[in-house]
Amino acid sequence: MTQGINVVGLYVRDQDEALAFYVEKLGFLCHTDVRNGDYRWLTVQHPNQPSFQLGLFKPGPPVHDAATAQTLQEIVAKGAMPPLVLFVDNCRAAYERLSKCGVEFTQAPVDRYGTVDAGFRDPSGNGWKMIEVAAKQESQ
Amino acid sequence: MSQSPKLLRRLLRAKDHMDGAPHEEWPIHRLAEVSAVSAAHFTREFKKAFGVPPHRYLLTRRIERATALLRDTNLPITEIAIQTGWSSLGTFGRIFRDITGGSPGELRARARSVPHVGVHMPECFMRNAHRPNLNIAVLEKRRIEASGKLELQSN
Repeated sequence: MTQGINVVGLYVRDQDEALAFYVEKLGFLCHTDVRNGDYRWLTVQHPNQPSFQLGLFKPGPPVHDAATAQTLQEIVAKGAMPPLVLFVDNCRAAYERLSKCGVEFTQAPVDRYGTVDAGFRDPSGNGWKMIEVAAKQESQ
Repeated sequence: MSQSPKLLRRLLRAKDHMDGAPHEEWPIHRLAEVSAVSAAHFTREFKKAFGVPPHRYLLTRRIERATALLRDTNLPITEIAIQTGWSSLGTFGRIFRDITGGSPGELRARARSVPHVGVHMPECFMRNAHRPNLNIAVLEKRRIEASGKLELQSN
């Protein structure tokens, strides 16, 4: 038996826009896309990481009242949500590929602490750090 | 009063530009252009969104970057002043002292006396954590300190 985190969600401004970004640009797959009235449960998954889903959730009813939803949308758009880190095998190559398809980078790849990292945002304002897996971490 | 998420997303873009290149000149019209709004609207909405006026925000980024360079490199202080966007060493030294309470040289000595722990936190968050909190304007801070000193003298 194994235990671990299965779903972690992000708040996004627009679920269609977020789905297009995470699937078409970052290479995730759509895992679940179900609706109950206006509510939409939407998760994506990286093809190499089948045990983990990233939820793309829109703040709003029935989970949030209108005022709370507005506040959450503002917080997301101000880039104030917690850090997200994406591991890649080649940061510079991923940067080249993603910049070409219009991903909004906030930091070009930089050599740091023996690895390479870059920064980008999703269309809603969520900030990602893209870090190259260091050789020594791979062997662990 | 609330702000539109779409406007905030565009204001964030201007903030990201300052974060990415704090050494560059960022006149308000350039930032406003990034956010696709008028200069007056930009200044007002940025302050409302992020709690500090855009140029004071830029100042915190420059000081934070200067601090990192003082700590992590052996670059001469003049070179650090230029690299972080100041055109004169005097201005850099004065503002640095106003904000951090010490000269760049003192900061360098102090920072090197403690070990650096950055490996396990993304650099951008580390940097944020090290940014000075400029909740009042630098000139204002200087004025308050000066008046504090005057009061001490009169006591």
